[in-house]
Amino acid sequence: MKMTAFSSRVTKEILRDPLTLIFGIGFPVILLLLLTAIQSNAPVEIFKLETLTPGVAVFGFSFLTLFSAQLIAGDRASAMLQRLFTTPLSAFDFIAGYLLPLFPMAVAQCIICFVTAIILGLEFTTDVLMTMLILLPSALFFIGLGLLCGTVLNEKAVGGLCGALLTNLTAFTSGAWFDLAMVGGGFKKVCDLLPFSHSVNIGRAALAGNYSDIFPDMFWVIGYMLAVFIAAIILFTRKMKSC
Amino acid sequence: MDMIKIEWLTKSYKDVTAVDKLSLNVEKGELFALLGVNGAGKTTTIKTLCCLCPADSGKAEIGGFDVFGQSAEVKKIIGVSPQETAVAKNLSVYENLVLMGGVHGFSKEKSRQTAEELIGKFKLDKIRDKQAKKLSGGWQRRLSIAMALVSDPQVLFLDEPTLGLDVIARSELWDVIKALKGRITIILTTHYLEEAESLSDRVGVMKSGKLLFCGTSEELISSTGADSFEDAFIKTVKEETV
Repeated sequence: MKMTAFSSRVTKEILRDPLTLIFGIGFPVILLLLLTAIQSNAPVEIFKLETLTPGVAVFGFSFLTLFSAQLIAGDRASAMLQRLFTTPLSAFDFIAGYLLPLFPMAVAQCIICFVTAIILGLEFTTDVLMTMLILLPSALFFIGLGLLCGTVLNEKAVGGLCGALLTNLTAFTSGAWFDLAMVGGGFKKVCDLLPFSHSVNIGRAALAGNYSDIFPDMFWVIGYMLAVFIAAIILFTRKMKSC
Repeated sequence: MDMIKIEWLTKSYKDVTAVDKLSLNVEKGELFALLGVNGAGKTTTIKTLCCLCPADSGKAEIGGFDVFGQSAEVKKIIGVSPQETAVAKNLSVYENLVLMGGVHGFSKEKSRQTAEELIGKFKLDKIRDKQAKKLSGGWQRRLSIAMALVSDPQVLFLDEPTLGLDVIARSELWDVIKALKGRITIILTTHYLEEAESLSDRVGVMKSGKLLFCGTSEELISSTGADSFEDAFIKTVKEETV
């Protein structure tokens, strides 16, 4: 009850500030439309809808990081969170309370992205539904990363780090826009150590119906997801006890 | 009966001692005002008592519960209105009050009922459905105090509740605080000396983390030989070399 009350408040805060919500959901759609238009004029293998859509979906999730980080950092900056720290809410209640309203937003973002792709010509099969389901751990990772950043960074730093740096990092190291193997070398090795390309690989494998190929990429994503949530809870607990 | 017991409480930030060996008892139902210039340690004392930051040493008990060892129990019996107005800005007055019931584990029914009661008590009817960010400073402060009372606390902490308010809004908030006197133990911090003199049963004067004086406002005046409460306060703070 305590956590759902807090979660309900976060939901209201999100819905009453719809600009970020519209941007988070709308930007991947715009990207998909633009890149498909490029593809129709100058065909590129990586911009085929089967390859492009999972990449755009994962790139769209990076906005959830910015969004969740802004939410938590904004609350930290106000005395409201200080007031809530004096109530019986636990760190888990807070993290779960932030996560619950953001998760449906990730699902909505993913659905809108794939529906747009279907309108543009992606064949609708059960693999599309499975891909959306399989991409959810990636969505959770991005939300968790935002909660972690929002816990340790102030509002200004969140804008820079999660807004500019992370979205670019996701764009360049996920392989959504170009084949990482073409760059190769140290760059490819770094990309393999990060979760972004693994997220895109999972989506592409699932959309192609090659479910056995989602591993070991899925292990990377789930590992990162668990790590960011555990770190967020530990650090949030510390914040609650330090003034 | 003592509702709050503090013994040798010390809290430092790096090389600054914000609260220095503070010992203090506050009786049940008493309104105790903590006074002091900026940096005296008033807010740190309140934050420490509200389980928002650990102390370096010393003991503190609220309602018989150890603030540092039984914070979950302490949080159930305290209400806090922080220095900055702490309201959820995109939520309405009613929703803010319902939220506070929910985070204290009330059922939806009880949260709604409590919110309605407080709206009546605090005369918030006219602004019931207005978003908190659209309220004036005075109404936000009034809402902030109402939110602190949702859990029906035994101890209420009011950290500079009238800071920045105009005379009328301040007077209205004084009436609200006076109405709570006797039923709830209140710790109030303020820079407004007339506020402390008018509202409190006892005052504590802090400087550089130390409690320089503890007693009634009349005792402060007589102990310093000053003509007024303000002069007595100034004399106490200025003459004391900490």
